[in-house]
Amino acid sequence: MGLFEAILLSIITASTPLLLAASGELIAERAGVLNLGVEGMMLIGAVCGFAGAWATGSTAIGALCGIVAGVALAALFALAAIGLAINQVAAGLALTILGTGLAGLIGAPLVGENIAAAPHLWLPGLTDLPLIGKLLFGQDAFVYLAIGLMVGIAYVLARTRTGLILRAVGDDPASAHALGYNVAAVRTLAVLFGGGCAGLAGAYLTLAYTPFYAPGMTAGRGWIALALVVFASWRPGRLVAGAALFGAVSILQLHAQAFGLGVPSQLMSALPYLATVVVLVLISRIRRGGSVAPAALGTTFVPER
Amino acid sequence: MALVLERRSERSVAIALASPLLAIALTLVTMTVVFAALGQNPATALAVYFITPLTDGYSLQEIAVKASPLVMIAVGLALCYRANAWNIGAEGQLLIGAIAGSGLAVMTHGADPGPWLLPAMLLAGALAGAAYALIPALCKVKFGASEILVSLMLVYVAGLLLDYLVRGPWRDPAGFNFPTTAEFDSAATLPLLIAGSRVHAGLILTLVAVAAAAILLGRTLKGFEIRVVGTAPRAARFAGFNADRLVLTTFAISGALAGLAGLIEVAGPIGHLQPDISPGYGFTAIIVAFLGRLNPLGILASGLFVAMTFIGGEQAQIALKLPQDMTGVIQGILLFYVLACDSLILYRIRWRSLQRKALHGPL
Amino acid sequence: MAPPSDPGQTEPSPPLFLGRGLTKRFGSFTANDAIDLDLAGGEIHALLGENGAGKSTLVKLITGLLQPDDGQMMWRGAPVAFAGPAEARMRGIAAVSQHFALFDNLTVAENVALGLDARASVRKLSDELERVAQRYGLPLDPKREVWRLSVGERQRIEIVRALLQDPQLLILDEPTAVLTPAEADRLFEVLEQLRADGRALLYISHKLEEVRRLAGTATILRGGRVVGRCDPRLESTATLARMMVGSDVIAPKQSIHTIGEPRLSVTALTLPPDDPHGVTLRDITLQVRSGEIVGIAGVAGNGQDELFAALSGETVIDREEAIAIGGTAAGGLTINQRRELGAAFVPEQRLGHATVPTMSLSDNALLTGHGTGSLVRFGLVDRGATLALVDRVTETFDVRKAKRDPEAARLSGGNLQKFIVGREILREPGLLIVDQPSWGLDAGAAGAIRQALLDLSATGAAVLVISQDLDELIEIADRIAVMFHGRLSPPRPVSEIGRDQLGLLMGGSGWQTTEARDGAGA
Repeated sequence: MGLFEAILLSIITASTPLLLAASGELIAERAGVLNLGVEGMMLIGAVCGFAGAWATGSTAIGALCGIVAGVALAALFALAAIGLAINQVAAGLALTILGTGLAGLIGAPLVGENIAAAPHLWLPGLTDLPLIGKLLFGQDAFVYLAIGLMVGIAYVLARTRTGLILRAVGDDPASAHALGYNVAAVRTLAVLFGGGCAGLAGAYLTLAYTPFYAPGMTAGRGWIALALVVFASWRPGRLVAGAALFGAVSILQLHAQAFGLGVPSQLMSALPYLATVVVLVLISRIRRGGSVAPAALGTTFVPER
Repeated sequence: MALVLERRSERSVAIALASPLLAIALTLVTMTVVFAALGQNPATALAVYFITPLTDGYSLQEIAVKASPLVMIAVGLALCYRANAWNIGAEGQLLIGAIAGSGLAVMTHGADPGPWLLPAMLLAGALAGAAYALIPALCKVKFGASEILVSLMLVYVAGLLLDYLVRGPWRDPAGFNFPTTAEFDSAATLPLLIAGSRVHAGLILTLVAVAAAAILLGRTLKGFEIRVVGTAPRAARFAGFNADRLVLTTFAISGALAGLAGLIEVAGPIGHLQPDISPGYGFTAIIVAFLGRLNPLGILASGLFVAMTFIGGEQAQIALKLPQDMTGVIQGILLFYVLACDSLILYRIRWRSLQRKALHGPL
Repeated sequence: MAPPSDPGQTEPSPPLFLGRGLTKRFGSFTANDAIDLDLAGGEIHALLGENGAGKSTLVKLITGLLQPDDGQMMWRGAPVAFAGPAEARMRGIAAVSQHFALFDNLTVAENVALGLDARASVRKLSDELERVAQRYGLPLDPKREVWRLSVGERQRIEIVRALLQDPQLLILDEPTAVLTPAEADRLFEVLEQLRADGRALLYISHKLEEVRRLAGTATILRGGRVVGRCDPRLESTATLARMMVGSDVIAPKQSIHTIGEPRLSVTALTLPPDDPHGVTLRDITLQVRSGEIVGIAGVAGNGQDELFAALSGETVIDREEAIAIGGTAAGGLTINQRRELGAAFVPEQRLGHATVPTMSLSDNALLTGHGTGSLVRFGLVDRGATLALVDRVTETFDVRKAKRDPEAARLSGGNLQKFIVGREILREPGLLIVDQPSWGLDAGAAGAIRQALLDLSATGAAVLVISQDLDELIEIADRIAVMFHGRLSPPRPVSEIGRDQLGLLMGGSGWQTTEARDGAGA
């Protein structure tokens, strides 16, 4: 396996959790809800996913645990930000603080434990193909799931009534309410979906990316996923490009460190964060004048009576 | 069943005062359940967190020492949040302030630079924190980039910079390869208020910050501007207030206070620069700011309360073998309850049986 | 779409909808008090009343958005209770609201689909849209996004959306408030056709002429109660107005002005909008002189908001000399610098723009008064002075409030507007620019506001009034200009310009000639 292929493979692995988490957040934001708690939901997904797989030996059950944990935290957020109309920014921050604490609490006894990493697809003949074989046919289930999820989201948003209602609620909740749609229910479901995706993304880190758990192991990926949604201009298709870009930056800095370019390792480690800042600035600058964000993003909605 | 909010016709003053207390009470109830679930005696555990820290002199001092940076940062954050500018990168600004001030201490190490050193360090810490906070503020104002995400990303960058410095150029050559600078000279260390204690002069600066912020918000035109921009942006423009400039101002103030708090930590209780100079003060200050209802005097009270949970957390680690993360859980739950109780000020909450309202269309 | 019933039927049909003793309370306030209402097919029934008379609440009860606290509704002879709007819609009750329930960033077809049942596909809808559009003369492009459409077109979406449900009862809430006279005429034709189809129409309005022209029956509400029923065709506007308002309306008296030097000069102002959905101002030229009131008429959304922002300084202009206040080039000045030149401004939105709803009146006095006068000293706010200002406004302009210094949101619309206008007038401005001074106010408060504007101009101030209410402008203005698609017609003395001429300009006709004559084309 050549270096180039190895790099491509590791980029895919590094991009997958970002794509998963960002896909979920994109749905929540399309419904008008800004959930800044992605980092917390990912972390709790990572630890619960690991705990599930460690206890049962099954990656699938682990993944399910991660999803359930993410959904549970998202439910708390929904209760606060939708049910009680709390400022979404504040509620999201609270969620990240709580999620980080809970993950540390649950994960304390798990530090140092090991599990078997998620199996990779193996199709005789196809997977052996040079260059593209492993790339296309040799990934773990999460990678295919992430791609499938993204395609599904793109289809639902553009082509189905569910997607139409979601966009309508994110565009103008007052009008949606006037037409008889249950804004709170639509938003809650969107947030729960986002929580499930974030939980799954976290679980991916402990089940496939590294088969162990370490405190704070999401290392800001939840926040980068939030930035990705902005980068993608709230369109699912562009998420893939964004996730690949961020995956590439984080992988390249690893390889650059391995080569020992004489640059401090901390500078290389800071690259993904600096890249996020640069991308946010560039994308916001390009877009100035024509807003593409859901019109009601981040605003609470309480029907007037 | 569905939750229904009804806007109150008159904002309830009684509830506004009671809401933080209610939040604390609900947190205690929740923690009782959590401790019981963890197999701890809830009464003992709660006592360790919320009573023991108040019973001996050492703990009381430690509460003051821990509350000081929390309050100082939270006061700055409150100004931001009141103006609807979301600085959540105070942790990074704290680190940069500590780095900048420490730089002076490291450079003058061993040479006796005179009495200007400490004031210069404080100034450097504040200015560096302000400058670092201005990066997300400028990105927001000039390019429309989310200040939330940019300020947060810069926390990681600041952490890595600190890590680089104390492992690299600033490492104490006589430090057995530990990632830390040399102990600061006494000229670069904050004086103690009470000899033999850990209570340092930084506390006074915190109280000054609280008083200044209280006057700023309550009595001055600038404070009025902050409140108007935060609650009614369109009315603010009508009043001739420039929201963009206010984002820069409030970010700079909060960054300066965070930087100052960071410098005070290293020049006070810690005495040198090391990778972990803050147990997440910059993030915990967000909770302190909200628990204090974004009011400087309220923040003083809430800072002391939250500091108590830190001390309680340390004691629980020893006495009950509960992990340090339990403190984060308590603080997270507390923040949720605070926000939820704030909702009570605006709304009356009713439970209503689920209306047959279609989720999937009008029919 | 087929007509709902045999249009040829002659025997008197039983009422389609019957309301008895309908009551709705909000806390201690009774919005609807034991209201009876009968609606029959093939009839246009007008619901008349001032703002706050309870019309909107009654509509919400009928359409299921609210549930009555008391009383009974019958639909086709059987008692009904609607748990939500969906149920009312299912029975054949459709409403076109005053506030459009439209989504700016979605297309026309998507907007229509959202108002219909779950199975309608967006593509199939486009054909349906076409048919309804043909039949009733309501052309719409299904693929256009709503934010690109005019207000009249947006209303068309609402009407088509209602018609696609084939309703028995169609409710229209103030449908002409946002239309040009020509657009309104076209709407009336559509309504007449719907009536002829045998549907029941409930037409809500406070425009008496319209009601007399259109409706066969009228129910008049005042203070949440039914105060009269009549055949409006047999009444005069004066008798209808008396029923609606309760007493004869006193018109403000014109005072004698001496017209002096220009206080506001706008010269060839062209300005692209900040907001991508906004209107571009094109080549606007206007002078307002000391002692006169100039009115700007026009249908909402033709650039009035943008003009107000440009004049007030909320939007700053590159060309310094495009706007002059009191002879000083002011295009590049901020709103506070313009206030220092003696200008004062009253925006359309009372809560959230003219005032901060959750702040006290004394804080709100500070909002526009902090730059001039003595409310602020050395950066510190003088609480005593702001309170004293509130007291002075209260006394001079008869602001009714529950306590000395309540939150702005606690005041009724009329009292709040008196406070806002009074706050500016007490600063003794040389120039006052007012956007929609009496929008949504009851007749008494509206009269007081207009009188205050007349009094101000009599003291020698220049007053510019932007208003959608043509009657208001004719009543108080010396000269009137019309705004359309970001352009402004040359102001003409009220005595020389006819209502019909203004109507044409508002609808976009007659612009070529005007522009050619004044050399203001672009």
